[in-house]
Amino acid sequence: MSHRTMHGAPTRESLTARISRPFRLGVLGWYEARWGLFFITPWILGFLLFQFGPMLASVYFSFTDYNVLRPARWIGLDNYQYMVTTDPRFWKAIQVTVYYVVLRVPPTIVGALICAIILNQSIRGRVVYRTLFFIPSITPGVAAILVWTWVLNPHYGLLNYTLDQVGIEGPSWLGDPDWAVPSLVMLGVWGSIGGTSAIIFLSALQDIPESLVDAARVDGATWLREQLHITIPLLTPAIFFVLILTIIGTFQAFTAAFVSTNGGPAYATYFLVLHLYERAFQSFQMGYASALAWVLVAFLLVFTYLQIQGSNRWVHYGGD
Amino acid sequence: MSASLPVVRTALRTFAIYGVYIGASILFVIPFVWALSGSLKNPYQLELFPPEWIPDPVLWRNYAEIWTIVPLGRFMWNTFFIAVLSLVGQLFTASMVAYGFAKFRFPGRDVLFLLMLSTLMLPIHVSLIPRFVLFYKLKWVDTFLPLIVPNYFGGSAFAIFLLRQFFRNLPKEMDDAARIDGAGYWRIFFQILLPLSRSALIALTILGFLADWEDFLQPLIYLQSTEKLTVSIGLRFLAVTASSDISGDPTTHLLMAASIVSSLPPILLYVVAQRQLVQGLVLTGSKG
Repeated sequence: MSHRTMHGAPTRESLTARISRPFRLGVLGWYEARWGLFFITPWILGFLLFQFGPMLASVYFSFTDYNVLRPARWIGLDNYQYMVTTDPRFWKAIQVTVYYVVLRVPPTIVGALICAIILNQSIRGRVVYRTLFFIPSITPGVAAILVWTWVLNPHYGLLNYTLDQVGIEGPSWLGDPDWAVPSLVMLGVWGSIGGTSAIIFLSALQDIPESLVDAARVDGATWLREQLHITIPLLTPAIFFVLILTIIGTFQAFTAAFVSTNGGPAYATYFLVLHLYERAFQSFQMGYASALAWVLVAFLLVFTYLQIQGSNRWVHYGGD
Repeated sequence: MSASLPVVRTALRTFAIYGVYIGASILFVIPFVWALSGSLKNPYQLELFPPEWIPDPVLWRNYAEIWTIVPLGRFMWNTFFIAVLSLVGQLFTASMVAYGFAKFRFPGRDVLFLLMLSTLMLPIHVSLIPRFVLFYKLKWVDTFLPLIVPNYFGGSAFAIFLLRQFFRNLPKEMDDAARIDGAGYWRIFFQILLPLSRSALIALTILGFLADWEDFLQPLIYLQSTEKLTVSIGLRFLAVTASSDISGDPTTHLLMAASIVSSLPPILLYVVAQRQLVQGLVLTGSKG
């Protein structure tokens, strides 16, 4: 009766089986069920008060003109219409955000993968290296941004000094509309590749059965071939998971641009969430900002859906 | 082919691996070294070309000055205070909810659990504005309450998920035995589950503290008075207001000193507690 699995995520079969099985609760069952519901009550209340309720309100606000001080006024689809036809900043924000995602995600994934592979080698002092790799990702975001602003300083910064040593005249990075997004990408990649993504890859690497790797070595595979033909294919489920999370996170980029460039120069780093923040908390257009939030969700859904669609072409789920 | 070839290859490989390790470590650490160097200079030294890695003279007094130009100590205390009160609520209620999901059967349990997991994927922005309106009407803006109180309602979905995994992996015989002895659910929760979950709770405490120290968007929205700011917002406040001092000199050296000081608590915490963090996450994660 109770086939409670010892493993975490239930398989789809066991889940549907359990959902569709009618509940016949005896006296003891009801007693247990009441206590179970009691223990999850904090989450149910929190979900209704701080998540589901606000989400419904947010849908409603997005169809209104609302500035908090006066009651919301229903304006139908006007916010959405204004967004796509008139708002001079909306399309710029979309363009900047998508550009940032496209530039930021590949080096983040590849970098985290490389970090995990080198941390997986048996070598002395591994813990020290793991700590060094991890530190940028736990450095508070604002501190990291200020440090990088100084590294990227066009006149006195470390990067342009180094480039100057090899005879290259560096751009003004965050001050140059063409280089501002790449600068933020550099900062973001530095601050994330040694962090949670690398840890996820590392634990996936450690789950790879020794026997497979040994077999390849017996067959005389070189290190690189071993990585390309055995390790990476076995990691594709983890890569897919990290890819989805990274894309979702990158679409919500805000802090770095807000602190270092405030969207500039010439709106080169004007991310969608920056637009949302300015509309909501500087011009108090709560209705319009809510509409922007739902556009963000729509983008995330579309991108995640495309990822899932494309995934069966390259993600290998092991049959063990 | 000489017999020593494999030896040479192994040596070369070790050499290459160390090279990659050290190269990567330098890339990760060098911005900090650069910031540390800058934090010990004066505005004139900052603009020297070529730059001096070790400034002459070394201005340790910059580290005394940052506490007076902004209430940095206050910012750090505020963040610490918010983090501790949030974590108390988060750990307690997340454990309760995880216990409910892990050890009881009730109608709709799995649907609710999936619903909870799906909230992990939703961007905060869809609830941000109505939440702000709610707290604004409650007159909670410019207090710590909007940052603390929501943690008393199950905390984060991630914490619930992790603890549920952990509770499920504990042998069922343990709580069955306690039940037969006549222990109620609360006693099982407090006297068996929570003590056994110490490593997971410690890992969540560390992660929660790191997240609270880092949090930006919510404190930015809710906190206004200078003496109530958290570290992240305070640093940005310093960067915006003190980009140059009264005489017009840039204050980069002070910004670097403040950045380093405010990075120390999370980095030290991680270095000290990383074994517990990894242990707690491995115990819950890899068996899941």
